[in-house]
Formats: sequence, C-alpha cells, structure tokens
Amino acid sequence: MTMSIAHLTRRFGATEVLRGIDLAVDKGELVALLGPSGSGKTTLLKIIAGLDWPDAGALTVDGEDWLAKRAQDRRIGFVFQHYALFPHMKVRDNIAFGLTVLPKAERPAPKQIAARVGELLHFLQIAPLGDRYPAELSGGQRQRVALGRALAVDPRILLLDEPFGALDAQVRRDLRRWLRGVHDAAGTTTIFVTHDQEEAFELADRVVVMGAGRIEQIGRPDEIYDHPATPFVARFLGLTVELPVTLRAGRAEAPGLDPSALPRRAMADGPATLFLRPTEITPVPDTTGPWRVAEAVSTGALLRLGLEGPADCRIEVEVPRRAGRGLTEGQTVRLRPEAGQIFPRQSNSDGASAPAAKPLSSVKESSL
Amino acid sequence: MTASAHVTAGALAPRESRLVPRLLIGLALLLTAVFVVVPMVYIFHRAFAAGWSVFAANIAEPGTLHAIWLTALVAVITVPVNVGFGIAAAWALARFRFPGRKALLVLIEIPFSISPIIAGICYLLLYGRQGLLGPWLLAHDVQILFALPGIVLVTMFVTSPFVVREVLPLMEAQGSEQEQAAVTLGASGWQIFRRVTLPNIRWALLYGAVLCGARAVGEFGGVSVVSGSIRGQTNTLPLQIDLLFNDLNIVGAFAAASTLTLIALVVLVLKAVMESRRG
Ligand SMILES: Nc1ncnc2c1ncn2[C@@H]1O[C@H](COP(=O)(O)OP(=O)(O)O)[C@@H](O)[C@H]1O
Ligand SMILES: [Mg+2]
Repeated sequence: MTMSIAHLTRRFGATEVLRGIDLAVDKGELVALLGPSGSGKTTLLKIIAGLDWPDAGALTVDGEDWLAKRAQDRRIGFVFQHYALFPHMKVRDNIAFGLTVLPKAERPAPKQIAARVGELLHFLQIAPLGDRYPAELSGGQRQRVALGRALAVDPRILLLDEPFGALDAQVRRDLRRWLRGVHDAAGTTTIFVTHDQEEAFELADRVVVMGAGRIEQIGRPDEIYDHPATPFVARFLGLTVELPVTLRAGRAEAPGLDPSALPRRAMADGPATLFLRPTEITPVPDTTGPWRVAEAVSTGALLRLGLEGPADCRIEVEVPRRAGRGLTEGQTVRLRPEAGQIFPRQSNSDGASAPAAKPLSSVKESSL
Repeated sequence: MTASAHVTAGALAPRESRLVPRLLIGLALLLTAVFVVVPMVYIFHRAFAAGWSVFAANIAEPGTLHAIWLTALVAVITVPVNVGFGIAAAWALARFRFPGRKALLVLIEIPFSISPIIAGICYLLLYGRQGLLGPWLLAHDVQILFALPGIVLVTMFVTSPFVVREVLPLMEAQGSEQEQAAVTLGASGWQIFRRVTLPNIRWALLYGAVLCGARAVGEFGGVSVVSGSIRGQTNTLPLQIDLLFNDLNIVGAFAAASTLTLIALVVLVLKAVMESRRG
C-alpha cells in the first residue's frame, strides 16, 4: 500500500486548519506526524481515515481515490487518543467488533473469530485480560486493547492519534518500543500523531513536522534533528536561543560573538538569525564583552543564565554549574556558540517564521 | 442524579453543629409525611374501608374497567412513539450542529413549561368542528377529538420531553468517538446504533420511558379538554376518578384512585432500581 496526499486543504469556518498538505507514505513505513497542538495533525489523520473530508486536494491509496470511499470501506485501523473502547463489551468482544460487523458473506465463523481474537490477545501480551471490561483496565492495557481492535480487521494502514498521550512516562517508554515491535511484526503501514519529539524520533522511520496547517519538514529523525529546515522547526526542536547576526563570507558575525566553532555556510551575505539550544553556547567572561549576566539561577546540574546584550536583546542559556563559576550577576561576557542553525532574516513580511527582528527572547511556548 | 457531597461531622464535632442538620432533617421528614404519605395511605384506607369485595366490585364496574383499559392503551401507544422521537431528537441534537438547533432545544422543552390544558385547547382549536382542520376532517370522516386519537395526541405532546431530556445529556457527555471508532471498523449505521449507541444509553432510555409512561397514565388536564369524558368510551382513569367523585361515589373514586396510585408506586420502584443501575 502506498498512500499519496496532494494539496490537501481543510477549513473550519474562517480558519484554515490544513493549508496544502503534500505527503507520500510507502508500504511498511512508520511515519510520525509531529507538531504543536493545534497544528492540524488530528484533522489530517481523520481525513485519511474518512472521518473528516477536505475542502480541496487529493488522497489516493494504491492509485485508488480514497476521497470517493466511505470510511467503512477503507479498511483502516484507527486508534483514538482516549481509546474509545466500547465500555459495555468485554475486551474480547471489543477486539472482535470489526470482524463481527462484516457482511455475512465475508464474516468468519464464530470459531475463527474467537481464534483470531485469542491470537491478538497473545500477540499484544494481554492474554489474561480477555474477559475484563475496559473500565477494569489500566491506561496502558486499554491502549493495547484499542490497538488490538484496530489490528483485528487486518488494516491496510494503521492510524494512531497521540497513542501515548494519556499515559505516564514509564509506560510511555515501554509502549513505544512495544509499538515498534508490533508494527514490524504485523508488517502494517503506520502513521502516528504526537507532539512529543522524543517519541517521534525514537519510534519513526520518517518524521513529518507540521506547523499551523503546513508541513514544515519531512525527513529521517537524525536529519531533522541535525538540520532543521525552517525557523519553526528549529524552535520546535528546542533551539530557543535566537541571535541576530550578519552573514559575511559564510560566517555569522555579531558584536561579542566568537563564531570560530561554527562551520562556514554557503549562504548569501546579509542579515540572519542564529538559532541554537540553550546548552550549545558558552559565555566567556570578558571585561569588554557586550553581554552582561542579568540573572543566574542554579537548577542543580545546570546554571541557567539570563544574558542581556546589545539592542535590548535578552537570551537564556544553560551551562554546567561547575563550568559557570565565574558567571555571577553583573559579569560581562562574550558568547561562543558551539553549534547552531542559521536562517536568513527576512524583512517583516514573513512574520510567522522570523520574529527575530524584535528583541530576542527564549521562546518558551514554541518548545512545548 | 448528580453526586451530592455528604457532610458528616466526626464524633468530636461540637454539639451545636449537629443541631441544625437534625432540625432540617426532622422538618423534611415531617413535611413529607403530612403532604405525601398520609394522603396516600388515606387513599388506600378509603378504598378498602368497606372491605375487599366492595373494592373489587367497584373496580369491576364497566366504566372504571374501561377507563383502566383505555389508560393502558394510551400509554402503550404513547411510550414507544416518544421513545422513538426521543432517540431521534437526542441523536440529532447531540451529533450535529445545524441551523435552528438552539431553537429545537427550546421547542422540545415547551411541553414542560406550558400547562397541559393549553395543549388540550390548542388541539381543540386545531381539530375541532370550528377549528383549522375541523371541516376537512369532518369531510373525510376522521374523528380525532373526543376519541382515542385526540387523547393519544395530547398525551404524546405532554410527555414528549421526557426521553430526550434523559438521553441527550448522556449522549453529549459521551461524545461521538465510540461511534467513529465503529465506523472505522466497518460498521454500518444500523450496526453502530444497535451495538454501540443503544447499549450506552439504555438505562437513560428506560428511565425516560418510565417517566414518560407514568406521566401518560396520570395526565388529566390536557386529556380532559379533548376526550369529552364519554363514560365507557373516552374516559381515562384520571378522568374516571374525577367523574366518580363528582357523582359522590366516594368508594368508587377511591378504588380507582388506589389503582392509579399503585401504578405510580410501581413506577417509583422501577425508577429507583434504574437510578441505581445508571450509577
Ligand atoms: N470540528 C472542528 N470545528 C472547528 N474547528 C476545529 C474542528 N476540529 C479541529 N478544529 C481546529 O482545527 C485546528 C487543528 O486541530 P487539530 O487537527 O485537532 O490539531 P492537532 O491534532 O494538531 O492538535 C485547531 O485550531 C482546532 O481548534
Ligand atoms: Mg490532536
């Protein structure tokens, strides 16, 4: 099964929730839709499932036009964020549901259905739970049942909406590995939604980063981590320090900035913004440095520094506490970035991706 | 229906803090006894005052017997119709956003807020000889007023909100995710309704149906306008009680009343059982 989505748009009233989505998914792939909440991930997933319909665009699977197909006829498996198990049915009957609603001619005999359910219970490692009701299960167990119910119909594509969103951290990590195993063993094609980058990077073959109804970047986890394609992706991945610089011969220059650790870039000269993680920059004490430590707070392992620089810039950086001995409030410093991404700074026209023209701050809300 | 906070002070609470609750509880019990229990016991007392045989004879009186039968018939027609209407309305209101939805929500409640006698008069003006549809009905020999159809229509009007009111909040609270899950698993509309929607609302639905039935059996004001109170023909049980009472047939009236009260008590027990099942 190969799926291809072209120029998909979806509007709710005046708000454009999907603004031209193009995406192709290959057979057997495990793809993560990663983005902040409200970026349209669920909407896209529901359109693929046939639970919602776009205003424009195309959705084809193996050359078939899926927008002309009802959800019932698409044979997908959908796992809801809050599981949506049927509370009045035992686990066994929940899992069997998709088989028992098949038309008489295609429906397996009750014995075969029971056998298939037993197989799935075993496969999902919930064999002893078959006769319980959903209310008698933990969150992680419910998640497994929901997945079992979706897998029972042997879906052509498996769609999961924030599958681990409602679980605590330890269960999340366990289930993540388990889901990867299930995907590999069942040989399905899987798309899952998450706003947790660690989850997306650990689990997926390919990650699709979404922001405000658009796809910002598609790539393998490491690729995206090392080379965020847009300021949005950079901020979302935690590159929350933004420094205004000037590019000259591929080097970022700014007062009090020591760019020697940064590789040269093949980029045109001009104003740009350097994005980096709070740990990827070292403040070096320097009596003539244009930056000043305005605030120093210890978090135990790290020293979190609020730095004020030229033109009212303020950034927040982190250094190991031991390395930050001389960095007390009032100390002036130079900055030595160890890594980072540079994006040309457009004039105000591109407000969404370059607020770097305004005084800098560590953009907390975009890091989620 | 709603979870209430139970406040019970520990044994070491100062004494005066227990006085006020006790006073209020005592008052509530007293008022319930005076206004509810005593009259009800009295009905049975009067009905059986002259002994079993007199009671039985009064119930077996053809007018009363027919009234019981007619009342049961009205309930048997009304309840299923309103259950159907209630499910349809609740489903439409819970699952869809359409123009006029707010208006429909208000309209559905109207039968609760206006006096049933007004409903009766409206039907009289609509279907009566001088009414809007009267001449047409007369020409086609359709009898609505002073006959079973009129009684049923008014009863349906009066009892129409019960099922919706019970089912709608539940359906809204549960949302449509389970139904969407069923869709993705290939279920048809009917399969979804029967295997997912209905089991989820079954207790609320039964509860609404019981309330609807109780009201259908007990309705007096609206029915009295459209039934014409024809003895042995269009008298429902409440009307028959009124009639017997006006005839000064006190034992007969109390015998009929005790029957109606008995039905109400049965409903009450059913209601209590269902409330505990609904959790
Ligand atoms: N049925 C709907 N009606 C109106 N707005 C909606 C509806 N569903 C989603 N939205 C809006 O669309 C945007 C994207 O929603 P969603 O796809 O759920 O995002 P995500 O799953 O990435 O958090 C949100 O701003 C949300 O408010
Ligand atoms: Mg979502």
